Amino acid sequence: MTELFKLSLDQATTGLRNRDFSARELTQSYLDRMEATRAHNAYITATPERALRDADRSDEKIAQGMAGPLEGIPLAVKDAYCTKDILTTAASKILHNFIPPYESTVTEKVFEAGAVLLGKANLDEFCMGSTTTPVHTGATQNPWDTSCTAGGSSGGPASALANGSALLALGTDTGGSVRQPAAFCGVVGVKPSYGRCSRWGVVAYASSLDTPGPLARRVKDSALLLQAMAGYDPKDATSLQEPVPDFTQGIGQSMAGKKIGIPKEWYDKAQLDPVMMDLWKRGQDLFQEAGAEIVYVSLPYSDYALPCYYILACAEAASNLQRYDGVKYGLRAENIESLEDMYFKTRGQGFGPEVKRRILIGTYVLSHGYYEAYYGKAQRVRSMIQHDFRQVFQQVDVVLTPTTPTPAFPLGSAAKDPVAMYWNDVLTVPVNVGNVCAISVPAGVSEGGLPLGLQLIAPPMREDRLFQFGHLIESSTTMPPLPFSLAATPE
Amino acid sequence: MPMTIDVSPSCNAFETVIGLEIHAQIVSESKLFSGAPSQVFGRDPNSCVSFLDMAMPGMLPTLNQACVDQAIRLGLAISGTIGLVSIMDRKHYFYPDNPAGYQISQYQSPVVQDGVLQIQGKDKAWKTVRIQRIHIEQDAGKSMHDQDPKKSYVDFNRAGVGLMEIVSHPDLSSPEEVIDYVKRLRCLMRYLGVCHGDMEKGQLRVDANVSVRRPGGALGTRVELKNMNSLRFLQSALYYEIDRQIGEISQGGVIAQETRSYDIASGKTRPMRVKEIDYDYFYFPDPDLRPLVVTEAHVRTLAEALPETPWAKHKRFVQVYGLSEYDADLLIEDMEVAGYFEQVVASLSDPVWSKLAANWILGEYFATLNRTHESFSVTRIKAEHLAQLVAAVADKKVSNLMAKEVFGVMFETGQDPEGIIQQRGLSQVSDQEQVQAWICSVLDREGENVAAYLSGKDKLFAFFVGQVMKESKGKANPQFIQELLAESLRGLKEKAESVEKSLA
Repeated sequence: MTELFKLSLDQATTGLRNRDFSARELTQSYLDRMEATRAHNAYITATPERALRDADRSDEKIAQGMAGPLEGIPLAVKDAYCTKDILTTAASKILHNFIPPYESTVTEKVFEAGAVLLGKANLDEFCMGSTTTPVHTGATQNPWDTSCTAGGSSGGPASALANGSALLALGTDTGGSVRQPAAFCGVVGVKPSYGRCSRWGVVAYASSLDTPGPLARRVKDSALLLQAMAGYDPKDATSLQEPVPDFTQGIGQSMAGKKIGIPKEWYDKAQLDPVMMDLWKRGQDLFQEAGAEIVYVSLPYSDYALPCYYILACAEAASNLQRYDGVKYGLRAENIESLEDMYFKTRGQGFGPEVKRRILIGTYVLSHGYYEAYYGKAQRVRSMIQHDFRQVFQQVDVVLTPTTPTPAFPLGSAAKDPVAMYWNDVLTVPVNVGNVCAISVPAGVSEGGLPLGLQLIAPPMREDRLFQFGHLIESSTTMPPLPFSLAATPE
Repeated sequence: MPMTIDVSPSCNAFETVIGLEIHAQIVSESKLFSGAPSQVFGRDPNSCVSFLDMAMPGMLPTLNQACVDQAIRLGLAISGTIGLVSIMDRKHYFYPDNPAGYQISQYQSPVVQDGVLQIQGKDKAWKTVRIQRIHIEQDAGKSMHDQDPKKSYVDFNRAGVGLMEIVSHPDLSSPEEVIDYVKRLRCLMRYLGVCHGDMEKGQLRVDANVSVRRPGGALGTRVELKNMNSLRFLQSALYYEIDRQIGEISQGGVIAQETRSYDIASGKTRPMRVKEIDYDYFYFPDPDLRPLVVTEAHVRTLAEALPETPWAKHKRFVQVYGLSEYDADLLIEDMEVAGYFEQVVASLSDPVWSKLAANWILGEYFATLNRTHESFSVTRIKAEHLAQLVAAVADKKVSNLMAKEVFGVMFETGQDPEGIIQQRGLSQVSDQEQVQAWICSVLDREGENVAAYLSGKDKLFAFFVGQVMKESKGKANPQFIQELLAESLRGLKEKAESVEKSLA
């Protein structure tokens, strides 16, 4: 029974329907697996009692013939989603004791669909980072090579999927935070169109960029999860009022006549690892063999996407984090002597170094006299990048790139140069500022056995293409199995 | 004779320049961005607070369009330009009663710009005050520092309530003008139903920017005055501050640019705790909200449904009902009273009696309310009933004195005047015969006094009038008494004279 965690989503769903095993047994298998892989530190808060309650409820529903689309499926939730009555920390000391009295819209929908909550997964503090190395809750290991990073900021969800301690996972993608860890951990990660999934109840990092997104072992799984997550929410004024289509409708359709765009500038300038260049080439070949045409396209402003992103994201983050002041909830420093003292000590003790760095950058770019030069300009550059993508999508159906410039790198090298770290996002960030959608699909392994991901980019509201084209990559690629049998390195 | 030059600080040597920033709480069911109720005065602390009002993680604002409409309506009423696209900006600062660490406000593109308000200055001269802008923003919570020696408390009820910030150009030049401006603006807002304007409940807050200068000279340094929560305190604070500034400058001193608050006990303004003057608020458009777009059609719909303004009503009262400016001023102050007056007039068969109706409302009715410390309510005395009373007085069916008694009963019981008059037999008697009978009865009884009157004691006339009134138990029409009594006494005089003649 403990091997139940190895079943795919299809197999698990079928097994539950056929009553080959119960939801409780399936969930217990995952709870055991969470224990066995504890050293990977994928989870901040395990919720075994809640998980078993959810599973029992699912068993009842299945028995009544009222199973939802995700009934009984064990799920890891990034600890940036507020889950009612369950500790939600955003991996920050400043929220070390925060128990939300409300449920985020996306988690509510997903639980309504029948998913089972296994626990709150680790992340970079306040979703800021690409390594999941928060000071407060510790680094998450990559199950493929535990000396390496799982990526970030949704490293916990990705790691849990890769080590078999979750079957589905919820992450958030602001500059690549779902796609990059998915690529590093050999799983699928999707950044839907901005506004596709509600941000209500998601701890805010950069309001105009944050996008809740699904992670899963397989492309179709991620489509099913997105189906449950998506939809207009009147409580979120940036929520899309577009109807939610059937995301899987295009899967398996022919590639004949389809056009795959390759951005010239990235090809030339992105300074990619040779192994990533090979991967990219193999990806192009694979689509050509399937009948699609490769077209070189131009995204001239993409050079500016990274600085544009960091200016906008840091400004919005600095603003969104003003509320953490020790007055209403969360950490309040002790031995305080005045109001100013409380602010300084609480925020000084409560925030980790990367968060402080981004608050400082954000405050600077918004400051009087600098607004136009930085924030104002970044907004205009953002429009240009969006314009670039609109032009490109008049020529091609999807754009193909590697997800990351390198495979997962050692945890030790993470904190050396923070600005150099930002380079990790060079291929994912244009998608966020460009207001388009994207998926990362496992497409190969490095010599060292680390997984590599290819990224597909589609126009806004065309997530169906991500799954359609992503499925082709998946079915044309032989990946080694996920590292379920590799032992976790003891701490 | 040596010439004396007056060097005392006198208002004639200086001009006062005042601009006002008024924060008006928007009348709406819920707050500007959250669904919590917005009428929070007197409620238990932290009982009208949503998760958004506490700025909890992940919470998002959604704009309450009704609040925007209120600001647009006020903008239309002051002939302002309505911004069809306006942006909500975040204004950042740290303070415990500002839960998100930023206030959602409007910086560069407010919903209304360039309006005007006509006020009456000195000598009732009309003056145009230009209103620079009206924007909408969130109110902050309330900090309480006086509950405990070592702790401060915060009540978030008020956090997130919608405010209109109304900024005037510095066109006001005296405390009187300021008071008139505030009163008229408040009256307008009450008419429109956009703000209740009770300063003591914090529904209307006035901050004044005050400076003085020599005529023709450069603008002086501005001082901001805050925390004056009544018109009386506002006026006192302005007087004090103007005097202070003039005094300071006359002695060669310099005015510091600062914020001062009014201290009720001393009647003086004092500098508030120092806060940076050019504080950087890091304004930027709120990324959680889309730009606020209103269509011309929507604005037109709002415009068409606007009620009559107080001044249009005033004009009508003077021109159509022939009321004096003064009476019209008083009647229009409260929209309910004005409406009531019109209903009373509508029930009168002769519109000529409108002035009488006005007198009854402004006189007896208001005086009664004052005495009983009650506030005006249209249901207390039905408009038709008051109209009946007015008609009865105009028709001389009751004397003024009797009418007041009737009014008192109407006020107490809500009964109709006809009923009361009949029940108590208060009809004024204008029956000549009856009055004459009373007069004769009195004159017969008062033989000695009549003789005294006839020999020259004219003052006894009033005495006789009183006696007739008494005899009639107050019912006789006094005018009749006067006329008939005068005739009767004349008759008696002639008789007496002719008797004398015949005896002579």
